Parts: sequence; structure tokens; C-alpha cells
Amino acid sequence: MKTLAELNAIREEMEKTVGFRQETNDFADDYKYHVLVCGGTGCTSSGSIDIINKLNAELEANNLTNDVKVVKTGCHGLCALGPIMIIYPGAVFYSKMSVDKIDRVVSEHLINGNIIKEFLYPEMVNEAGDITPLSQTPFYKKQHRIALRNCGKINPECIDEYIGTRGYEALNKVLTTMSQDDVIKCILDSGLRGRGGGGFPTGRKWQLAKDLVKGGQKYVCCNADEGDPGAFMDRSVLEGDPHVVLEAMAIAGYAIGASQGYIYVRAEYPIAVDRLNIAISQAREKGMLGENIFGTDFSFDIDLRLGAGAFVCGEETALMTSIEGNRGEPRPRPPFPAEKGLFMKPTILNNVETYANIPQIILNGAEWFASMGTEKSKGTKVFALGGKINNTGLVEVPMGTTLREVIEDIGGGIPNGKKFKAAQTGGPSGGCIPAEHFDVPIDYDNLIAIGSMMGSGGLIVMDEDNCMVDIAKFFLEFTVDESCGKCTPCRIGTKRLYEILDKITKGQGTLEDLDKLEELCYYIKENSLCGLGQTAPNPVLSTLRYFKDEYIAHVVDKKCPAGVCKSLLRYEIDPEKCRGCTMCARQCPAGAIEGTVKNPHVINSDKCVKCGACMDTCKFGAISKK
Amino acid sequence: MEMINIKINGADVQAPKGSTILEAARLANIDIPTLCFLKDINEIGACRICVVEVKGARSLVASCVYPIFEGMEVYTNTPKVINSRKKTLQLILSNHNRKCLSCVRSGNCELQKLCKDYKIDDDGLYDGSKTVEDNAELDCSAAHMIRDNSKCILCRRCAAICANVQGVGVIGANERGFNTVLTSAFDMGLGETSCVSCGQCIAVCPTGAIYEKDFTDDVIAALSDPEKYVVVQTAPAVRAALGEEFGLPIGTNVQGKMVTALKKIGFDKVFDTDFSADLTIMEEAHEFLDRVQNGGKLPLITSCSPGWIKFCEHYFPDMTENLSSCKSPQQMLGAVIKTYYAEKMGIDPKNIVSVSVMPCTAKKFEVGREDQSAAGVPDVDIALTTRELARLINRYGIEFNDLEDGEFDSPLGESTGAAVIFGATGGVMEAALRTAVETLTGEELASLDFTDVRGMQGIKEASYDVAGLNVKVAVASGLGNARELLNKVQSGEADYHFIEIMACPGGCINGGGQPQVPAKVRNFTDYREKRAKALYDQDAASVVRKSHENESIKKLYEEYFEKPGSEKAHHCLHTTYVKRTIN
Repeated sequence: MKTLAELNAIREEMEKTVGFRQETNDFADDYKYHVLVCGGTGCTSSGSIDIINKLNAELEANNLTNDVKVVKTGCHGLCALGPIMIIYPGAVFYSKMSVDKIDRVVSEHLINGNIIKEFLYPEMVNEAGDITPLSQTPFYKKQHRIALRNCGKINPECIDEYIGTRGYEALNKVLTTMSQDDVIKCILDSGLRGRGGGGFPTGRKWQLAKDLVKGGQKYVCCNADEGDPGAFMDRSVLEGDPHVVLEAMAIAGYAIGASQGYIYVRAEYPIAVDRLNIAISQAREKGMLGENIFGTDFSFDIDLRLGAGAFVCGEETALMTSIEGNRGEPRPRPPFPAEKGLFMKPTILNNVETYANIPQIILNGAEWFASMGTEKSKGTKVFALGGKINNTGLVEVPMGTTLREVIEDIGGGIPNGKKFKAAQTGGPSGGCIPAEHFDVPIDYDNLIAIGSMMGSGGLIVMDEDNCMVDIAKFFLEFTVDESCGKCTPCRIGTKRLYEILDKITKGQGTLEDLDKLEELCYYIKENSLCGLGQTAPNPVLSTLRYFKDEYIAHVVDKKCPAGVCKSLLRYEIDPEKCRGCTMCARQCPAGAIEGTVKNPHVINSDKCVKCGACMDTCKFGAISKK
Repeated sequence: MEMINIKINGADVQAPKGSTILEAARLANIDIPTLCFLKDINEIGACRICVVEVKGARSLVASCVYPIFEGMEVYTNTPKVINSRKKTLQLILSNHNRKCLSCVRSGNCELQKLCKDYKIDDDGLYDGSKTVEDNAELDCSAAHMIRDNSKCILCRRCAAICANVQGVGVIGANERGFNTVLTSAFDMGLGETSCVSCGQCIAVCPTGAIYEKDFTDDVIAALSDPEKYVVVQTAPAVRAALGEEFGLPIGTNVQGKMVTALKKIGFDKVFDTDFSADLTIMEEAHEFLDRVQNGGKLPLITSCSPGWIKFCEHYFPDMTENLSSCKSPQQMLGAVIKTYYAEKMGIDPKNIVSVSVMPCTAKKFEVGREDQSAAGVPDVDIALTTRELARLINRYGIEFNDLEDGEFDSPLGESTGAAVIFGATGGVMEAALRTAVETLTGEELASLDFTDVRGMQGIKEASYDVAGLNVKVAVASGLGNARELLNKVQSGEADYHFIEIMACPGGCINGGGQPQVPAKVRNFTDYREKRAKALYDQDAASVVRKSHENESIKKLYEEYFEKPGSEKAHHCLHTTYVKRTIN
């Protein structure tokens, strides 16, 4: 394929196929129905592949293969409700599907045209039984999908479907109508900032890589080494829309003058790796990668490099060291990668979500992108909602949306009527945001100002049952495990932070320990070699800032207010309420409960392992933890 | 050279473009402490001891790797900087085996010095779990050294010199984070790997985490045994560095004091490896001429350096036939002592304990090699390093600096200027050229100085027209350079007749058994030049400067070996090699 006309021909051909998959549409397709089944990691692990197989078998048996098109897509975002199936026309969203429900889907919906209300995503059906359009449900209503726009909509293993959504048109536009500087200016003007962590202006990064060293070998890298606990937006894009990354990298290659790209992707993302491999070979076949793309002088190719799972390899210099074949460890900057990066050549590195925005910015213009978001943070951001929240999953919202909107409106609030305590953004590098900042518009600078950071977009919600000292310890345990061990502050310092936190959660901490903890945190931030160490103390510092009273309670009163830290817990039986049923004693795995039938029982705290089994068993509410 | 203007602690400083903050500060006589940094070898910014404040920077920066820029303002001593360095030291100490009193590096430990300078009186402040417990098992699997990771501070200087300079790379970081340890792949003991025993890792270790196997007690035991006749020999390079252990300036030649000290310790005879260096030249020059004249394997490569020999056996097994079959000077002297000398003196070789003092750790491996026992017993029994000798002198209560100069014992103590320069890179080549050229031409050389092969460059090449023959020679020191040179030979890009290779960069004066030079000195002075100069000065001042003019050598051939390359010489003075694998 060498011309725009050829690209347009495919697009026009495919437009009716992908256009058919809209809530309301005027496209007529050869098929009566498109059944989209999520083939992302979440739904795959809850059985979506079996569902597809069963569906295909049923369609065959009912002679429906010419009427119904089954499409394996990427992720829709509502992972907690998987496996997910959406049937067009009408965007009928069936959640928590299973193989045994397929008979009815075929007979009732696909043959008789009746929507099966009991299979529907519950938010689509109101109390009166009326159906709300999917786009109007709370989860989707406030979302604005740019990076995720094709996820769940197209078959990621089919380049033509991507082209049907104007795929590779931006690359054509760049190669045939724009200079390198035009491209960089467009990205600069859009205000796009890196979605992987630091929020460095993407256009600026490209400009440096183009200008610092003139000519010669340069590289474009993609950071697909997503490692924050609970974050999976990059995986979702790779699984649902891999071509957008390839197209964006080619655009970046043109902008900086590179002919080779590398995608560094975690080996733990087998589906993403698979789809990237398919996408790369299809793009090469179609001439979207390789020599003289669109008949121009521009040649560009991409190869995959699999990471072995080290979190630190998400740090740019460590990632490059790893691609070079060495132990994944960061190296000092300067020199910065824009000057000396991969194999000591000028290199840009952007993460998957950043790239996913690029083609849209090129096609719709910088102003379009810059019209969304806040003054210094433009566009949208994808968040992975997790923790104590009803709708766990992926959401994409304009920058500047408040935490309240994300958690209460989109996320459906906290389960079981519990009270919100804090939200952790930025994963182990970020901090905890307390309720008092619930209405702060989320953007790069606001998050930093309140002691957290955007990071890659993990958002973990905590309620009154979470102990903040324990949360800090959890994140520190992660960084201790993931520290590469190169520099002293991170290698030994984070370990000592963890040990002090451990001491506090065991009730052995002192007030001096709190000072020592804080001092060590600032030291590690100031002295560490790379971003991992420099941000590792953030969970401790932010919890110390907002939840110092909880630390004091552990240290002075030897109490864990949230009742999480086992060493500080005591289970007690109220003799007034105990009927001597012996259930608790029989449940206790440690033999810590003594008592005779019909007489009040007693817990021997020396033997008690604080598992809580007794409390769960007691029918009389006689057991409490203190 | 383009100069950059910066301010350090408020004062104007000019430094060449491309300098680091550390280098610029040094120009202004400001010392910034370092631990992991070794110039050109280990520039990784890992230990964070060298942090400084740079105006406008987000955090502290590692001055060892941070380039200067015009108008930069640096502060090297602010309270924040000092406190950070203190914390770094306290953290290191919290994970360090603080059994310092009897540590082999006590007194010249770079970590200990910093802890003293920064007054780390609360050394247990951050104590917690340890990566390697204090009583963990040591790696004693190698013939020449011990690794005690409970004292390792993970500066990685050892791994860097092993991989980047020697091109061997048998040690590196394993595990990660707090569990990171420097070991060999797959938890192999060092002795199971293709480590060549060069000891450069020991030379650069800032603490007591790696050290040679110490055999001083064995020497003392032999000296106290009335049945034993204990002789000692000292290598050329030892005299150029031993003084450093006693506070003398780098490059002080202490040959005379060293001989006196050895006599005071009680060795029955104090011989000089320089004697057998001359003997090596006789045998090797003969071997060279024989190979040239009779179509033998060329290039001929020297075999004095046991680290190089082991390297060749592991990494270039196809080239072991290029190696000279001559034993190293240490082994030659050992063999002569237990054959010729024993016969002459009427001593049963079994009762001789032959001790060597070498600048080298690979010599400890060499004494245990096969085919190194001319009299049916090992040629050399105990190989000590220069550092062990210093310990022995101290243990015997000898005021080294106040000693009178002594003379080596006869006849195996007599040597020429050609022999003493064996200790520096190019020295063997120069000594061989002096003898080979005169042998080939039958004329006396006008000048004995072959300056082309002198100096600290890693690879040196020269060619000489000798009696109608264009002799091409090359000299390499440091195994990374050796590899580069041999790759050229193997690819046919170069066709030398004769190559000198020394395992250690700069030759034996920089051997793995020499006194450790702190990074602070290493990074800013070429101590190798200074040590080498001591040897070249001694050569220049020598009356006899050609090996074939050594009277005792002549006598040795007359009385015992007949002529170079004789059958008897072959039996005593030559050896064989094995082919090894890479592990």
C-alpha cells in the first residue's frame, strides 16, 4: 500500500463494519448482528474464550454464521463484571456471561431479537425495568475515550478494522503533508504530557531528540513495562488497539529522524505480546512499517523486546539498559536519553497511553486536544480503579475531573456503605490523598501539590477499614522487592524504612522512630539514583502528612484504629452475650478458645493468631476485636 | 581546550569542557569523597557518597558522573550534603560486617576512613537485617583469594575491572534490591569459573570484602622448623611498591631494605627473581630464534604472567601453542633452587621450603600447576604477595624505614638491568630484544633503550630490522587489551613475530598483589608510571644491562644446563599448558 487512496479504499470498506458498532448508527452491515466478546486479560481469565467457542458452535448449529459476526475485542473497562459481551445494534451489554448462558443469547436475542434483561449490565436497567443506553450509565457517562477509543470496539488482530477507524491516516498525513518540525509543533501545542509517570511534555522530548544531535542513528522506544500494582491501562491498549501504538511510534520516528523502534513489553502480558506480534506483521505486510512507507523516503520498523518483570525497567535508562541486553539497572542522567539513550544514541521513550493519543492529535489538531483538561494538563487520563470501590476497572476521563466524580459517580462509590478514607494515586511512587482533597481537580500539578503524583494512573481506594500505616508498609514492601540494588539509599534505605514501619505495626515503635522514619524518607528522595528511589518514600510521607494520628496511635497507644495490624489486635468474647455454643472453639485453628458447653468461652490471647475465624462464626455477636 | 566557568563553594573555577564536578573540584583542590567511582572503569554513580548540591537541581547530584556546564554553581560542603553523606555511611554500616579490628584492610579501608572523617560514632543507628550475615560462609574456592560478602558495599569496582578492563567478567551483581550480592553466575564458587586469578578485583576493593589467601603463617611455621632450609625470592616489581606499605612515596625503590628485612626475618637465603628473569631471556630468546629459524609456531607469546597463561588457556585455547614453553621466572628460580642449588649445597630438595614474594595473586595459582616440579617436589612452595610480605615484616617487629640496605645472596641473587624491567609492561620485550638482537647480529647494540615498547599504553607495536629480518613485535598489558591484540592476530589482521602479554594493566608493578592504591589517588595520578620509573631508573644505573652478560647465568649454563634449550634445561625450565573452557 503506497497511497492515501489505497488506505481510503480500505477505510471506506471497513467503515460500515466498525461504524455498525455504535449505540445508534445508520450503517447497514452484511451481518444482522455483531457480537463483541471481550478477549482482554481479565475476561479471558474468567472464561471468555470458551464463550466465543460455544457461541461459534451454536451459530453453526443454527445456521447463523452469515447473520452474526463474532468479534473478539479488547477490554471494555468493566473488568469486575466479566466476561463481557456486547451485541450490536443497540450496544446491548451483557455482563458476567458464562457458557451456559449462550443458548439463550442465541435463541432469544440473536434469533428472536429479544434483549435478555437478566443478563444485562445491572446499571442499564432501572427499577422500573426500563433500559438505559450504555453510554448513559454512570460508569460510561462521564468518560471521554481517546486513548481507549477503539478498545472493546474493534478486532485488535485485524489491521483493516483499525484502518476503518481512520487508522494510519495520521501517519499518512504526517509523511505527506507535514515537516518534522510541524509534527513536533503540533504535539507541543497540544500540551500532551507523558502518561507514564513524570508528566514531561511529549513534544519537548521529541524536539530534544531531533535537535540535540543532528542526524545519525536514533531510536524510538515504547515503554510497555507497566508495573504499578493495580494499573493495567497500557495492557488494555496493547490488547485492544495495538496498531495505535505502532502508528504513533512511526510518527515519532519521522519527527525525530529514527528508523527503528523498540517496544519493551512485559513477558507477563502474553496476550498483549501476541497481539503486538500480529499487529507488527500485519503492518509490515500492508507497508505501514518497513521501507519507504506510503512511497516516501521514510522507513521505519519496530521490534519487540520482552522484559522479565522488573519494576525498575519502567525507568527509562533501566529500560534501555535492559534492551541492550544487560541487567536492568538505571544509569546516571545526564546524559539524557534524548542525547545518549539506547546504545548511546539519541532516543525517545514514551509510554503506551501517551502514544495512544498521538494519531488523534495529528488528525484532529492540537487545539482539539488542548481544549480538554486543565491549564497545564491537557486531554484525558486513564485510571485503573481498584481497592474499595464498586466498579473496579478502567476509566478515561478529562484531566481536571475531581476525585469525587471518579470515585462516586463513575466508580459507583465504596461498597457496603463504608466511609472513604483515602485514594492512592501513582502506585508505589505516589501518595495517599485524604477525603479533604476529594474535590481537587485531578491533574499533574495538583496531585504533586497534595503530596501524590499522577504516575501511570493506578487509583486505589481505601475506606475506614484500611490502616494507613499498613498501606504505607504495603507499598514499601513493593519497592524494597523491586529496588534494583544499585544505589545505597534505595537498596538499604528503603529496607530500613520498611523495617521501621514493620516495627510500628507490631506495636514496637517509638516516637523517635517516627522522626527517624521521616528523616530517612527525605534522605532517600534527595539521594537516590533514579525515580524509583526518589519517589519510594512518597507513600510514607503522604500518610505521615495526612494520617499522623494513626501512626501516633500505633506508637503511643499501641492500637491500630482500623483494626488491621494483627499484633495490636485483641479478640475478646463478651461473657454476657456468649451462649457457650462451642462453635468458635471448634473453628479456631490455633486451639486458643477455651470453655465448656453452655458456659461463656474465653480466648487465650497467647495462642490466638488473630485470624478472625471465631468472630465470623459467632451467631450471637459475642466476639469483638479491639 | 575549551574551558568552562563554574563556581564551587562560591569561588570561581575553570575546568575543561567535559569535566565532571568531581574533576573540576579537584582542580580547585577540593576533595569530594568517593566510594564506587573509578575513573574510566566504574562510572556508575551508585554509592552516592559524592553527592553535592547544584543550584537549581531537583535533588542532590552525584559529582563523579555529573558534567559541568557554564555558570553552574556547586556546593560541596553544605549541612545537607554532609548529613546526606553521613546517612549513606550509616546505611552502609548497617549492612556491613563491622568486625574491623582484625580486618585485613583495617587502616587502609576506604570506608573506614570516611567513617572516621565524617564522625560516624553512631554506627548502629540503622541496624536491621543483613544481606549477608556476619558469619556467613566465605567463598574460598579459588586458589588465590577469598570473598567475604559480609564486608561488600556493592560499589562494584571489582566487577567493573573484571569485565571492563580484564574482559573476563566472572563476577557481577546477582539477586536484586537489598538481596543484591556480587558473586559468580549460578552461585558458582569463583574457583569453578574461568577467573584467571589476576587479583585486580582485590586491588580495587575499597574494603576487606576480597583479599588474597594469606600464607604468612605457613612461612612462619617453615621458618621455625629446624629441619627446613627456607629460601625466598622477590620479583622485580615488589621493590617498586613495598615501600608504600610503610608510608614511603609511590615509586620508591626499596630493594636494599627489603633484602635486609627478609634476612632479619630469618630466611636462610634471599634470592632475586631477577636472576631467573635473565635466565628466562636466555631460554626464551633461544626459543624465539629456534622458532624463527626452523619454522616454529609464531608469534611467540611470553609466559611470565600466570594470569595471562590462565586467560589464554580459557579464552584462547587454540593459541596455547603460541605460548613460550618457558616457565615463569618464579618457577624457573624455584626449579633451579631445588635442582642445581640443592645439588651444589648438598641439600635434599624435600627439605627446602621455597617461598616467593610476588606482586601477583595468580602466582598462588601457578605454584599448584601441573608440570611445575623439576625435582619431583613443587618448584615453589609458598607464593606471597607484596602485601603479605609487609604484614610479615610488621609481625616481626622490623622498623622497615630505618633498615640499612642489604645485598641479595649469591649466586641466585645476581641480575642485570634487563631483568629488573620485567616488572613493567614492555620490559620482557625490551630485555629479549637486547639479547636477541645482539645474538642475531653478533654486534653490540649502540643503545639499549627500546623506548617504543615502554610506557603505559595498553597495546604497543614496533618493528626492528635485525640482520636482514624485519622483526615485528607487540606488547599488551591488561587482558582486555590482550584479547583485542589476539583477535587481530587470529583474524590475520596482524602478523607479529613476538608478543609480550602481562595480565595486569601496566604490568607487574600494578599486579593484583601490590599495595592497594586508594581510589582517591588512582583517579587522579598514574601511580603505575611512578612505580615503573623506579625500575627503569635501576636499569639505567646498572652496570650490566643485558641478560646474556649475567656472569652467574653463564656459570649456571657451564656447570649445569650446558646451553639454552638443552634437554636438561627443558626438563627443568620449561612446562606445558592445558586447554580450558569458559565458565
